[in-house]
Amino acid sequence: MARKEIVAMLLAGGQGSRLGVLTRNDAKPAILYGGKYRIIDFTLSNCINSGIDTVGVLTQYQPLRLNSHIGIGKPWDLDRVNGGVTILAPYMKTEKGEWYSGTADAVFQNIHYVDEMSAKYVIILSGDHIYKMDYSKMLDFHKKTNAHATISVINVPLEEASRYGLMNTNEDGSIYEFEEKPAQPKSTLASMGIYIFTWDVLREYLINDHQKSASHHDFGKNIIPEMLKDNKKLMAYNFEGYWRDVGTIEAFWESNMNLTERIPDFNLFDQYWKIFSPNPVYPAHFVGDTGTIEKSIIAEGCMIYGTVRRSVIFPGVTINADTVVEDSIVMSDSLIGSNTEIYCTIIGETSVIGNNVKCGIGEFAENAFNPKVYNSGINVIGSNTVIPNNTVLGKNVVIDNYVTPHDFDTNNIPSGGYLIKGGGK
Amino acid sequence: MYSTMGIVLTGGNHNRLKELSLERAIAAVPIGGKYRIIDFILSNMVNSGITNVGVITQYNYRSLMDHLGSGKEWDLDRKNEGLFILPPYLSEFGTGWYKGTADSLYKNLTFLERSDEEYVVIGQGYTIYNMDYEPMLEYHIKTGADITIACRDMSDISCEDQKLLGMVEINEQNRIVDFMEKPLNPKSNIGSMGVYIMRRTFLIELLQESAAKGLTDFVYDVIVRQTDKLKLYAFMFNGYWRPLNNIQLYYRTNMELLNPKVRQELLMDRRKIFTKVKDEPPAKYNEEANVHNSIIADGCIIEGTVENSVLFRGVRVMKGVVIKNSLVMQGTTVEQDVQLNYCILDKGVTITEGKSLNGDAEWPLIVGKNVKV
Repeated sequence: MARKEIVAMLLAGGQGSRLGVLTRNDAKPAILYGGKYRIIDFTLSNCINSGIDTVGVLTQYQPLRLNSHIGIGKPWDLDRVNGGVTILAPYMKTEKGEWYSGTADAVFQNIHYVDEMSAKYVIILSGDHIYKMDYSKMLDFHKKTNAHATISVINVPLEEASRYGLMNTNEDGSIYEFEEKPAQPKSTLASMGIYIFTWDVLREYLINDHQKSASHHDFGKNIIPEMLKDNKKLMAYNFEGYWRDVGTIEAFWESNMNLTERIPDFNLFDQYWKIFSPNPVYPAHFVGDTGTIEKSIIAEGCMIYGTVRRSVIFPGVTINADTVVEDSIVMSDSLIGSNTEIYCTIIGETSVIGNNVKCGIGEFAENAFNPKVYNSGINVIGSNTVIPNNTVLGKNVVIDNYVTPHDFDTNNIPSGGYLIKGGGK
Repeated sequence: MYSTMGIVLTGGNHNRLKELSLERAIAAVPIGGKYRIIDFILSNMVNSGITNVGVITQYNYRSLMDHLGSGKEWDLDRKNEGLFILPPYLSEFGTGWYKGTADSLYKNLTFLERSDEEYVVIGQGYTIYNMDYEPMLEYHIKTGADITIACRDMSDISCEDQKLLGMVEINEQNRIVDFMEKPLNPKSNIGSMGVYIMRRTFLIELLQESAAKGLTDFVYDVIVRQTDKLKLYAFMFNGYWRPLNNIQLYYRTNMELLNPKVRQELLMDRRKIFTKVKDEPPAKYNEEANVHNSIIADGCIIEGTVENSVLFRGVRVMKGVVIKNSLVMQGTTVEQDVQLNYCILDKGVTITEGKSLNGDAEWPLIVGKNVKV
């Protein structure tokens, strides 16, 4: 097999538990975003646009959707004879089978994959973020500085810095200290979870780390601190541009809403850095006589007979007449009945909202189910769910996936209410 | 579908679609916001279970080859069979140019002989419809016809345009007793859709026979001449069907796609229409957007008014623009305060600020590819 200079290891096992019912059946990288994409598309597109054609995708949590989405990698031109995309799921070994117990462990268990590609460098990525980045420039920087490891960092506001893993650097950009969520930040350079390692060096650390039972087997918590302790050369690579962890409902909603701005912070229309995704087989969308669309993103296959304002509408959605959808995200193939009002709501795939429904009205109230996750006032309706006609939903309400009209014992769920099947969190 | 292969004829061409077909085969002309005309017949074949498809082409076929590629969008990139593009070729027997439909089929006899399907469906690359060929084949087998021709009541196509079709007279058993190609005074409303089913070996015989006599056209020389001799049956189809024979039909067909019933039957059916896709982001509407009764493809950015129109992918509609009753093809930019009514803008056109272009419902104004107005 031809030698690959660099291999990407894409960590796609993130559960994204703060996304509530959205990630109940799918891993976070598989969540729909921006009217067409799944979150992992951004990282995969970055890979191919950066000239990286060998990508191992490490899956663990709810991988079904992710597997079918990635397939053989065709949408990203990653269906290759040599290299391409490979799904690396946990597997049985002679002795026993093991789950990936941490990010470093996931790569450790696939050492032979990188070895087989005879890669000189390996880039560690996660499938959780929305951003465009040319990894080839980062690799150039890594080579030029003769680093053992290069960590991509982004400047964050000082007041938010204590939420991140921070890199404290010398003047030349070399890292002398890594602090995970410090109370008193010494720098504003947050790690983006993107690492380039010289493979020989990382390989050794992975093997050593594997033998330490006390380790979390995590890049940020274990591998990087160990390398710092050994005075390895770690460089911080400054990234400028849009980078979002859409890991909470509010962040997810805001990032989607920002796309509807006249000049959004994140440009999906960049001809020189296209974001690839499997294209659904749908005709171009149709706006009916009664349809009105303002400041929104509308995908293929939609039929819009109602009013849509500041919303992101995914493929195959029908919005009927005399209905208003505002400040909302409606995912693929959902149907919204007529004479319905929807405000500030995220609606999952293939759901049906009946006629004369009011959703997202009234005053904010703390969510009775899980106030840590549902705290932004945004309503979340899961996928494959049916909201019956004449239902009234307040604000900050959560409705589970696969809810049928029989599951409703009232047609009025006040603000902060919930309908969760089986009641589990 | 039982052992059937497909052939799409896209060869015959003139400038029937004016500027639109100057640089491309009619089959490759964009339609309906994201399709090319040939997508419909190819999807029909694939949806009917046909996996061995030859596309016979001659006129300006670069655009067509570009669109079809390996056929993967139609699942026709196969190890065995799949998609075959059949342009004319030079040989010791002649210059290669196809002199007519029968001649073009005859010149590809090897393709027909090498295939092993029992039946063959021949269709036209300039027609739009969504049809399952399987009932037609069953009908063909049941009637024991030599050739079954898909026909329909053409009353929904104007008398003027009916003159461009092959019109047939049928008896009570649906046997075709008279076939008039492009008649001046059509005697019936029943017209041929240009879809033929017959045994593959029978087609080979017919082609050899006509070639021996120096005959070149499938309709005139094979069908019309032998209406009495051959057992021709009409299979009646009652769905939407349009031949894109001239610019008026092309324009009207696009406008008819705004009709939810037509769109449902043609595009939203469970038999999907496949096409080559480009990776465009979903369409974006800014505050000033005012869009009604229109088809809008991915990649458009809209800040103006659009009514009764079809916008293909990646069209930019700037502020103050009013587009009515128009077709705007991919990558076209319509700058501020432009007014368009009854226009067809080809790919990559730029209409500069403040211009006003007006066509007519019968004669839409056409702006050719990559032109800046």
